[in-house]
Amino acid sequence: MLTTDVVVVGGGSAGLAAAIESSKAGAEVLLIDENARPGGQLFKQIHKFFGSRRHYAGIRGFEIGRRLLEEAHKNEVEIKLNTIIFGILGNKIGIVEDKTHAKWLKAKTIIFSCGASEKLISFPGWTLPGVMGAGAAQTIINLHRVLPGSRFLMIGSGNVGLVVSYQILQAGAEVVAIIEALPKIGGYGIHASKIRRAGVQIAVSHTIKEAYGKDKVEAVTIGALDKNMNLVPGSEKRFKVDVICLAVGLKPNIELPLMAGCETMFLANLGGQVPIHDENMETTVEGIYVAGDCAGIEEVSTAIESGRLAGIAVAEKLGYLTKNEAYDVKVNLREVLDELRGGPFGMQRKYAKQQLIRRAAHLKGV
Amino acid sequence: MEKGLETTGIPSMEELEKTPGFPSSKRLMEGPVAVIECLQEIPCDPCETACPLGAIEVGKPITNLPELDEDKCTGCGICIPLCPGLAIFVIDYTYSEDEALVTFPYEFLPLPEEDSLVNATDRSGRPLTKGRIVKVLARKQFDRTVVVSIAVLKKYAQRVRGIVLNRGKGE
Amino acid sequence: MRIKKHPILGSLEKKKEVNIVVDGKMLKAIEGEPIASALMANKIITFRKTRITKEPRGYFCGIGLCTDCMMIVNGVPNVRTCITPVTKGMKIETQTV
Ligand SMILES: Cc1cc2nc3c(=O)[nH]c(=O)nc-3n(C[C@H](O)[C@H](O)[C@H](O)COP(=O)(O)OP(=O)(O)OC[C@H]3O[C@@H](n4cnc5c(N)ncnc54)[C@H](O)[C@@H]3O)c2cc1C
Ligand code: SF4
Ligand code: SF4
Ligand code: FES
Repeated sequence: MLTTDVVVVGGGSAGLAAAIESSKAGAEVLLIDENARPGGQLFKQIHKFFGSRRHYAGIRGFEIGRRLLEEAHKNEVEIKLNTIIFGILGNKIGIVEDKTHAKWLKAKTIIFSCGASEKLISFPGWTLPGVMGAGAAQTIINLHRVLPGSRFLMIGSGNVGLVVSYQILQAGAEVVAIIEALPKIGGYGIHASKIRRAGVQIAVSHTIKEAYGKDKVEAVTIGALDKNMNLVPGSEKRFKVDVICLAVGLKPNIELPLMAGCETMFLANLGGQVPIHDENMETTVEGIYVAGDCAGIEEVSTAIESGRLAGIAVAEKLGYLTKNEAYDVKVNLREVLDELRGGPFGMQRKYAKQQLIRRAAHLKGV
Repeated sequence: MEKGLETTGIPSMEELEKTPGFPSSKRLMEGPVAVIECLQEIPCDPCETACPLGAIEVGKPITNLPELDEDKCTGCGICIPLCPGLAIFVIDYTYSEDEALVTFPYEFLPLPEEDSLVNATDRSGRPLTKGRIVKVLARKQFDRTVVVSIAVLKKYAQRVRGIVLNRGKGE
Repeated sequence: MRIKKHPILGSLEKKKEVNIVVDGKMLKAIEGEPIASALMANKIITFRKTRITKEPRGYFCGIGLCTDCMMIVNGVPNVRTCITPVTKGMKIETQTV
């Protein structure tokens, strides 16, 4: 059986960054992704990313993906695409290549960087064709260049809802409104302002009541919410739409870490159940690490830095870096991560991450 | 409903005037200058190196609000397409006797034509007045963000932030 | 509907077009695109009906998880159209079982 130093599961920004660092340090790295192309979230993102210049901010998402991938190739990271994982047993990973060949791999260490998936909400009519995830809409629009409809309603005003709405306009369709159940817009002001300037209303304290249609979505009713999140009687408005997009949050993909026996904890500010990890990104199972959105929903800069951190820590564990060599790099990466998690939006995540690390220390008896 | 960036997506004048990226009214009257409408402490900093004159500072931590040094800024507009938030504009109150020039980023099709009269819109996208398109700059280094300048009556300059054209149906 | 012009992605490149047959009707699709994308480009939004209550379903998650987009492809039922690429002459049918 093949034994690899590091198997990285998920080739988004975090996985690529982790693979690059471990490989640079001399480890043998195999990166696995279930998708036909690497890059994760980045390839359908056509906007210029906010973030830090050190992490490619100001560049469009697909271009960030291209650059990371180039660096991974330069550093001789082996990439296996179209590969599904069916099981994890100790340090053995069961994979299915190209949907046909099943086999087992042995890994000295594993880094899970399998990203996140969309959360859902249900309402009367939510199963009608035309109701879809915002990420699903983004894939079909930006990657395949097909508009699933012409009049969209966006549910959720986080960055995903705001950014995808803007991209729907760029594709030539209309966004009738963005509605948000909370009394405040969830995403960044810059994104909200950009979509407002393009003429799209953002209605806070509003929810969807029902979607109507015979064989597909034809109309929707929304209504206002009071302080206790109850529908205000008489506030309902009905209008025509043919697509309803759900952008109500992301949650870390923890199925594989769970399969591997990693313990999780619930932290709303990181998207829900998150694998517990220490300050080296190591989970409660020795030799298994997490990085990026899989370790808590954040941003590309943090995904890259947490990936690097995991990559360095793994290289240290395997003896490719001495304690001293790894130390300075890790301290520096942690400082950068800390700085990125500042401001009113980042603070919450910083506290949540600290909780995770404390819990890990407690469980490991440190 | 409550007004302001957090509830409507539209920054109010009071909110704007409080941010360090907003030039003083004195400076505004003296000629072209950047107006940075970035009001929240988010981890972002490309604007800082975008300005060749060093007129924008974010510093450390990266979540600081961008601060404009209005004396250094010449209103050249280079920073406009480099801000991923599309949050930087340039206003020139000295453009002509009764008009000001508002320059903003634009990422839709079709592009406006120079010298055409179009509806100039405010921060909510509502048409506010007619304006004349003076310049449409599409440069390779702008990476597909087009920089558009529109001349409007001076009294509208602080409210006009874009244009509305009949957006194509994608076809 | 296909997005022919785009301010960021540019004009739609010419890609190889193939014919597919959807519920007996010949339609044009682009080779290699997901079946779901070809259907929506042709304004087909409803992909299947649930077995018992006959409720309509369509493209939902886009990543092969929800199974809402399943159809009968070349005689094989339960094919997830969001992650299955179009090939020349493919026969696609609405699934009602
Ligand atoms: C609409 C939108 C706009 C955004 N805009 C910005 C922005 O402007 N600035 C910013 O900083 N951030 C932005 N983000 C966030 C940013 O994209 C993510 O935080 C970042 O890409 C996360 O990277 P990742 O590597 O952790 O996960 P992902 O990029 O999601 O990568 C995960 C990878 O894992 C693979 N995978 C998943 N499960 C498995 C499995 N079981 N087996 C094998 N492979 C698997 C997937 O195929 C994927 O390739 C945005 C996100 C969205 C959705
Ligand atoms: S307008 Fe020119 S001088 Fe002023 S901040 Fe922007 S780049 Fe600098
Ligand atoms: S680049 Fe734009 S969005 Fe980012 S901090 Fe500067 S002004 Fe704000
Ligand atoms: S749309 Fe969910 S499986 Fe295809």
